[in-house]
Amino acid sequence: MAQLNSPEELEKFRQKVVSKRDPNTPCISICAGAGCLASGASEVIAAFKAQIEKEGLKTDVVDTKETGCPGFCERGPIVVIYPEEICYLQVSPEDVPEIISQTIKEKKIVDRLLYVDPNTGEKATHESDIPFYNNQKRNIIGNNIHIDPKKIDDYLALGGYSALDKVLSGMTSEEVVEEVKKSNLRGRGGGGFPAGRKWEGSRNAPDEPKYVIVNADEGDPGAFMDRALLEGNPHSILEGLIIGGYAIGSHEGYIYVRQEYPLAVENVNIAIQQAEAYGFLGQNILGSGFDFKITVHQGAGAFVCGESTALMTALEGRAGEPRPKYIRSNIKGLWEKPSVLNNVETWANVPLIINKGADWFTQFGTEGSKGTKIFSLVGKITNTGLVEVPMGITLKDIIYKIGGGIPGGKRFKAVQTGGPSGGCIPEDLLDLEVGFDELTKAGSMMGSGGMIVMDEDTCMVDVARYFINFLTDESCGKCVPCREGLRQMLKILTNITEGKGKTGDIELLEDLSEVAGEASLCALGTSAPNPFLSTVRYFRDEYEAHINEKRCPALSCKELISYHIDPDKCQACMICFRKCPVDAIDGAKKKIHIIDQETCTKCGTCFEVCPSRFSAVQKISGEPVPAPIPEDARTIVKKSKEK
Amino acid sequence: MSEIRLQIDGQEVKATEGMTVLEAAQSAGISIPTLCHHEKLEPFGGCRICIVEVEVNGWSRHVVSCVYPVAENLVVKTRSEKIDKLRKMILELLLAHAPDSPDLQVLAKAYGADKDRFEKDASFCIHCGLCVRYCTEVKKANAVGFVDRGIRKEISFIPEIAAKECHSCMECFPLCPTSYLQAVFVLTEALASPSFSSDSEQINEK
Repeated sequence: MAQLNSPEELEKFRQKVVSKRDPNTPCISICAGAGCLASGASEVIAAFKAQIEKEGLKTDVVDTKETGCPGFCERGPIVVIYPEEICYLQVSPEDVPEIISQTIKEKKIVDRLLYVDPNTGEKATHESDIPFYNNQKRNIIGNNIHIDPKKIDDYLALGGYSALDKVLSGMTSEEVVEEVKKSNLRGRGGGGFPAGRKWEGSRNAPDEPKYVIVNADEGDPGAFMDRALLEGNPHSILEGLIIGGYAIGSHEGYIYVRQEYPLAVENVNIAIQQAEAYGFLGQNILGSGFDFKITVHQGAGAFVCGESTALMTALEGRAGEPRPKYIRSNIKGLWEKPSVLNNVETWANVPLIINKGADWFTQFGTEGSKGTKIFSLVGKITNTGLVEVPMGITLKDIIYKIGGGIPGGKRFKAVQTGGPSGGCIPEDLLDLEVGFDELTKAGSMMGSGGMIVMDEDTCMVDVARYFINFLTDESCGKCVPCREGLRQMLKILTNITEGKGKTGDIELLEDLSEVAGEASLCALGTSAPNPFLSTVRYFRDEYEAHINEKRCPALSCKELISYHIDPDKCQACMICFRKCPVDAIDGAKKKIHIIDQETCTKCGTCFEVCPSRFSAVQKISGEPVPAPIPEDARTIVKKSKEK
Repeated sequence: MSEIRLQIDGQEVKATEGMTVLEAAQSAGISIPTLCHHEKLEPFGGCRICIVEVEVNGWSRHVVSCVYPVAENLVVKTRSEKIDKLRKMILELLLAHAPDSPDLQVLAKAYGADKDRFEKDASFCIHCGLCVRYCTEVKKANAVGFVDRGIRKEISFIPEIAAKECHSCMECFPLCPTSYLQAVFVLTEALASPSFSSDSEQINEK
């Protein structure tokens, strides 16, 4: 491939790529994102290739494409067949011959692979008919399903690198910064700082050289939107980064990506090589005189390196600890030089804003939060996956319309947003509009877009303990309020969940939160108390029940619950008796079972295996376990034995 | 270097550009407590005890004075109910590690910190980093460093370097506000070379 040395050459080449593609040729797109691969997508891909070869079908009859993640991870592996856009879910290699013979050859639908609406029972043939998708606004992630991330031509066919061309051939760097400022794009990584203002600061800073950096150190438990973008559409991030470099006068970009994302690392490296070969990176890009190069840096597994100054310290080759600086990194950042650091999703928005204009961008969202946002919707939710929605949508719409509600007929309890240092939002705030300021006001935050749904079985004290535990592990340990404050908070929270809580613990946790929030060195520390603060704000009664009554209202904390077999319900079926791993259950055929509380380890196996038609095993908390029934009352006499 | 005027606790203070608020305060004889600060070392900003309140453009916030740069017309408060509360708890958190440290005891008295507020922790180290930074920045020996992170973070001597460098130096020992450093060194010594401490002269001769 020869380099494209001018806008004209780029357009000519793009036309050539497009003209070679017949939109009417059947194409089987198979998601090859991390989620679908985990559900067996690579076997499905192999099966399609083998079947196509076996049947001797040429590429002008049917083509295959391994694409990025479209988001509906719950139902992977996902296969979409073009041009009809037929969407098949949970496809296995065994389904492949039928798809080829029916859908490709006969143009018939394989009914059983379609989405079935759990409420109406109706089937949906196309992606756009599925409620999970049609309630979204997929400006950024929507292209994933159309692109093989390892092929730059796929990106070009969709108009890729035209924003870069537009910038280099017709916009001054001020104009680019102005357009981004006008769009009011706010950082998608957590802080929500206006990107345009950050860029302007760097652009006006006198120091040279300047750097632009992609923060792809996505470390929040349950969050994977940046992963899907890097894996699925890496060129969109490169294009955004190059434009950012041009805007602030930087010739060097870094992508700091966590090594736990091997596919993202692989795809982004391939993308860089291809962009270099085509001349989108390197010297004199598209004949404009602008030079730019990108280096990929792999993180070594520290959550704190998602914090901007820690990330830059790590890029410099030192231990990833935040810096105690009061000068913004866009003025003094990497190697003390002006550095613009934005998150993956922020960069991915840039080409869209340039191409379609700030006015297009600002039509989505609310006054303070413009555009769309990708959330990873996980936890106790029917449709796990990535959802992209306009800012301002309510939590209720995300969880019920898109997410399909809570599975198993359970009741919604809270949604945790913003990653480990975000907060839990309760049911009565479900009408909250999603936006940076709205979430902060509710005691949580946007963070990078994690959204963990919790149902009635979740103990909120235990949730706080879980996230504080995560943060004690991930704190860098440099400053006292974070390191020592979290150490003490974890001890107190653990005590509470183990029934060792004391009066005054809540107040002590509040004091510790104040000190960590006010005096910590970096944002990890100042936001670390949030899991406690938001749960105590909305679920204080649960804390009080644990401390005062030694009761876990969600029946979840192991030390505070007991298992008991209701003698009126037990049918002496022997299932729990056999499954108990510590032989704590006494019983026999026709003899009501009893749990020996001394031996029981509260593993919950009996509770899980007791047939639902009996539901004899109960969890008890905050009250004594009823005394076992007398020996002579334990024999079950069948009242009426019908044959 | 241009002269900068700022106000600390109602007193006008002259400083030069590039100075920190702590340095400006010290030069004017205003005392701000410190634990991880050392004049020969780069500011660390770890212990947070030197926290003060600054007012910039009508907005006040809490910053650590050992890092915060002076600015024209900056208004600084080194004591307030809030500042004292923050310092008190920082001390209480550290006293859970080193209840007998003289430096901490003096400050505890000044701020009314209760050494028994938190459950005691086995390690004495308060992670001020003085030893690590002194060894790196002044001695350029890198014989002692931090290992691990978060609540498992510790200081550790690197035996290969310590065996060569430390016997003739030991300048970090008096810097340690607790007796932890010496204990770690003795342990390292014992592990690295069992004959070391019993017969160190012989080792030195070789």
